Amino acid sequence: MMMRGGGGMRGGMPGKGPRYEHKPINKKATLARLLKYMLHFKWLLFLALVLTILSNTFAMVGPKLSGSAIDCIAAEGGVDFAGVRHFALLMLLFYLISSLLSYLLQILMVHISRRVTLRMRKDLFARLADMSVGYIDSHSIGDLISRIFYDTDTINTSLSSDVVHVMASSITIVLSMAMMLSISPMLVLVFVVTIPVSMLLTAFITKHTQPLFRIRSRKMGELNDFSEEMISGMKTLKAYNQEENTLVSLDALNEEVVTSYYKSEYYSSITGPSVNFVNNLSMTLISMFGALMYMMGNISLGNISSFVQYSRRFSGPINEIANIYGELQSALAAADRVFTLLDEPLEPADAENAHELTQVQGNVVMENVSFGYEKGKTVLKNLSFQARSGALIAIVGPTGAGKTTLINLLMRFYDIESGRIMVDGQSVDEVTRASLRRAYSMVLQDTWLFSGTIFDNIAYAKPGATREEVEAVAKAAKIHNYIMSLPEGYDTVITDDGANISKGQKQLLTIARAMLVDAHMLILDEATSNVDTRTEVQIQQAMRRLMQDKTCFVVAHRLSTIKHADLILVVKDGNVIERGTHKELMKQGGFYRELYDAQFS
Amino acid sequence: MQFFIRYLRPYGRRITGGLIIKFFGTIMDLFLPWLLAYMLDEVAPTKNRGQIFFFGGVMLLCSIIAWLGNVLANRAAASVARDAIRTVRHDLFKKITLLTSREIDRFTIPSLISRMTTDTYHIYRIIGMAQRMGIRSPILLVGGIIVTMTLDSALSTLLVAMLPFLGLIVWFISKKGVPLYTITQKHIDTLTRIVRENLTGIRIIKALSKTEDEKKRFDRMNETVAASETKAASVMAVNSPTMQFLLNMGLVLVIVVGAGRVDAGLSGTGNIIAFLSYFTIILQAMLTITRFLTMYSKALASAKRVDEVLEGQEEIWGGEAFAPDPKAPHIEFDRVSFSYNKKSPDVKDISFSLKQGQRLGILGPTGAGKSTLIKLLLRLYDVDDGQIRIGGKDIREIPLEKLRQMFGVVFQNDAIFRGNIEDNIRLGRKISLEEMEKAIQDAQAAFIEEKGGVSTPVVSRGQNFSGGQQQRLLLSRALAGTPDILILDDASSALDFKTEAALRAALKSGYEKTTVITIAQRISAIMHCDVILVLEDGQPQGVGTHEELMESCSLYREIAHLQLGGEEE
Repeated sequence: MMMRGGGGMRGGMPGKGPRYEHKPINKKATLARLLKYMLHFKWLLFLALVLTILSNTFAMVGPKLSGSAIDCIAAEGGVDFAGVRHFALLMLLFYLISSLLSYLLQILMVHISRRVTLRMRKDLFARLADMSVGYIDSHSIGDLISRIFYDTDTINTSLSSDVVHVMASSITIVLSMAMMLSISPMLVLVFVVTIPVSMLLTAFITKHTQPLFRIRSRKMGELNDFSEEMISGMKTLKAYNQEENTLVSLDALNEEVVTSYYKSEYYSSITGPSVNFVNNLSMTLISMFGALMYMMGNISLGNISSFVQYSRRFSGPINEIANIYGELQSALAAADRVFTLLDEPLEPADAENAHELTQVQGNVVMENVSFGYEKGKTVLKNLSFQARSGALIAIVGPTGAGKTTLINLLMRFYDIESGRIMVDGQSVDEVTRASLRRAYSMVLQDTWLFSGTIFDNIAYAKPGATREEVEAVAKAAKIHNYIMSLPEGYDTVITDDGANISKGQKQLLTIARAMLVDAHMLILDEATSNVDTRTEVQIQQAMRRLMQDKTCFVVAHRLSTIKHADLILVVKDGNVIERGTHKELMKQGGFYRELYDAQFS
Repeated sequence: MQFFIRYLRPYGRRITGGLIIKFFGTIMDLFLPWLLAYMLDEVAPTKNRGQIFFFGGVMLLCSIIAWLGNVLANRAAASVARDAIRTVRHDLFKKITLLTSREIDRFTIPSLISRMTTDTYHIYRIIGMAQRMGIRSPILLVGGIIVTMTLDSALSTLLVAMLPFLGLIVWFISKKGVPLYTITQKHIDTLTRIVRENLTGIRIIKALSKTEDEKKRFDRMNETVAASETKAASVMAVNSPTMQFLLNMGLVLVIVVGAGRVDAGLSGTGNIIAFLSYFTIILQAMLTITRFLTMYSKALASAKRVDEVLEGQEEIWGGEAFAPDPKAPHIEFDRVSFSYNKKSPDVKDISFSLKQGQRLGILGPTGAGKSTLIKLLLRLYDVDDGQIRIGGKDIREIPLEKLRQMFGVVFQNDAIFRGNIEDNIRLGRKISLEEMEKAIQDAQAAFIEEKGGVSTPVVSRGQNFSGGQQQRLLLSRALAGTPDILILDDASSALDFKTEAALRAALKSGYEKTTVITIAQRISAIMHCDVILVLEDGQPQGVGTHEELMESCSLYREIAHLQLGGEEE
């Protein structure tokens, strides 16, 4: 954690605050952009539209055919079997075609959604990978991950299923209305009465339930957070006899949660029965008036049957529109988060005439460097020092004083505000970032390993590294024997950020990795504690090996490192307050002396 | 099943009432298509308008009753589900607070969290659903079949014959589809891990110019995920078109067979029209029941998981009262041994004794069993062998609450809770303002003032504070109220030497009566203690003062040389 956020000093930054932010989004712009994004898939979407229309049209003919079949049954002078057979076969044919088309459509949608998510995830990740370190530092990992996965998922389901759904629904509505009109415009007049009823109803319910459902999700989230916090901290709660008090808090929260369940359900429980009621109402009206018209000879029984079926098809989509509207809202919110990320500025490009830094000797100079993580909040002011090739520069100071800031600047993870940093006499902004960074070996306190074999993790530093090279550095880093003691040796897979190996071994692995980098400069952030004694000895030896013949910048915690430094920079509250060798600083009797003496008090 | 009966019994009356209302509401839904058939077949030919309006009125009435009944019943169902789940969650959480640490280890924390949230939610959902659909669908199914039987038994048989096919298809597809989704989920987890690794390792990746390689790694896995998603979704895509086709096939069959029946005078045309409506109702009910059953099996699994916890082992309370013997040592470990897995011992044969106000330091490599000793002392675990005594009494005979009241503790990686600083320091205890301020001062936590005082908000896990600030906040909590026994497990590792020294000085002057146990990796944190215990592999390597151990204990000497810079270079 130390390195992220440049030490504790930026811990309170607003970017890492609570995740529920309420920023109004520009829905129209987002929608327009989303549609533009979808244009990448315009042909597939067009094909989907065609399939939808066809499949629905075929299905739409069904009730009409069944009505005709019924009329053949009810024909004057007995059942017209030839007619029934004819219409039944047609029905079978149309339904078969319609089902096939709808299957094809589903498969097509699966492929569209595959292309959409694939592309969105790819774009997002590529963007993220090219961002500046500063951006990653100031955003929560969970939030970024949820954008790549959950938000793209939300957009995708909404687009691929809802868009088609809306298309299908509109077609169904239009077609069934046309069919009903062709059967009996009179009955349509009767039926139409129920449409406003059902629309008003859905509008009313949605308006009331949507905020309730939002409250419900929020409360669920709170319960999640609470459980996680309390159960993880159970040891502490027990030690302080807080079982009962915690239970009281749970009860209070639980009450809110279950009330939010009930409230949302209280309103939404009307939905199902009401939709049913409107259907029943229209069926009642159609039956009554249909029967009257039948009496007067204005309509056949078969047509009444068809009409009932079409009326059901007509009201189905109308009831669904409210749902889809809600989903579209959340898709827009998700799209907004995705697009915001895609719009974030990248790490600035190298200067136009930037050249590769080669043949590095390791002479580093800082001249009047000033820097702040946030505008107007300077954490380094007018820092100047010189490190000759092969020198050891130790950076010491209390936790959170800004020691890691220097590393951030040397590696150009952040750019300075004013002043100059030079390597071998060249200003660092005149060389490419990649070549500058390759000129350093770097070992950080946060031992970073990825899921892969031990070999892959070490060889990561040098493309195409051979087994011999990797073993050589592992031996130099005193980790070879440990690796060989594992059943799979160098092929052991590291899982879950190296949960299966100890902290100390992880450090040794990262040291081995750094040794593979052929660089003349070294950046080292020594780990503070939590490594057992034996491993500690090995780490020290390995680090000393690594430091040979290099210009070293070390955030130092070990006295042996500090005592041998050519220059010690004492950092406090972001400023270098003292500088010199160990002897000089002890003689000076300032803050460094206090710090040093403190551990023997 | 027993689980549900247990938690639903108190609401028996409300449930029964709801079900009865629901029953009538549902019957009305069934009655309507029947009325339609009756009107067309029987009433219309009589040309009696009054009759038609009468039956129209009846239909309207049925619709209203159905609406009212269903709404009321749904609300009753929601209130039952709410009340039942409230109790389930209360019981579950209460039980979790009472579980022994060994049980918590066995269940694991993430699993307990998901039982507390996801599983209870599944249970809640099924309780509501069972009362809504669980009763409605069977009534629609059985009632629908009965009504169609009265209309035309032969056509009805045809309909019933369709049902097993539908069930089979649903079962078959989900059997093929579900494992595919499980695989997809695994791939997604891998992809998530790649993103996480990229975010945490951004510095290394940029330092080694690996960005393009990482993009390729992501793209490869992204393709894999997409491919398996497609595969799973393609299987599931068969579902709805097939269903639709079967349903429509049934309609065609009804018409074809019906035609023969009408011709033979066995059935009316209106019957066939009604049949088409019932057909849809019955099949829909059938589908709902299948869906309900899948949900039920999920909820049953959840209920089982909750039940497992409810049957977990609770901490043993200890004796009735506690009166310490003033002559006995304050804390005494008497040949204590303990093992987490009950196979290989984690600490073995530990003995030491401390007088009131003495300081004990425990030093040793990671995994040596240092923190285990603390957990035994607090009775988070009970010893396997030997005895721990406080004030001369075996701690298993001291009431648990009394025992733990004596302590102020900072655990390794201790919990900081959301809220504000004051809540975190008090942690529900009665601590006066003066006591709190003194604790803050002694814990060297002056930063609290700078941040805006004790009402400063604390986000989850205290992430708005640096490591050093978090430790000082935890120290304030432990020191508040001047405990009898203070335990500091790796509590100052993030403090710089100077702050650590100031903390030591504060402890020396203000806490003479407090017995302090300090666990540390850094020798400077414990070298001044009255007694130092050196542990390795759960066994004592030496007990004594700094000077004594420098003489007698080789491990201690080695550590001292390493950390205090004694070596010659």
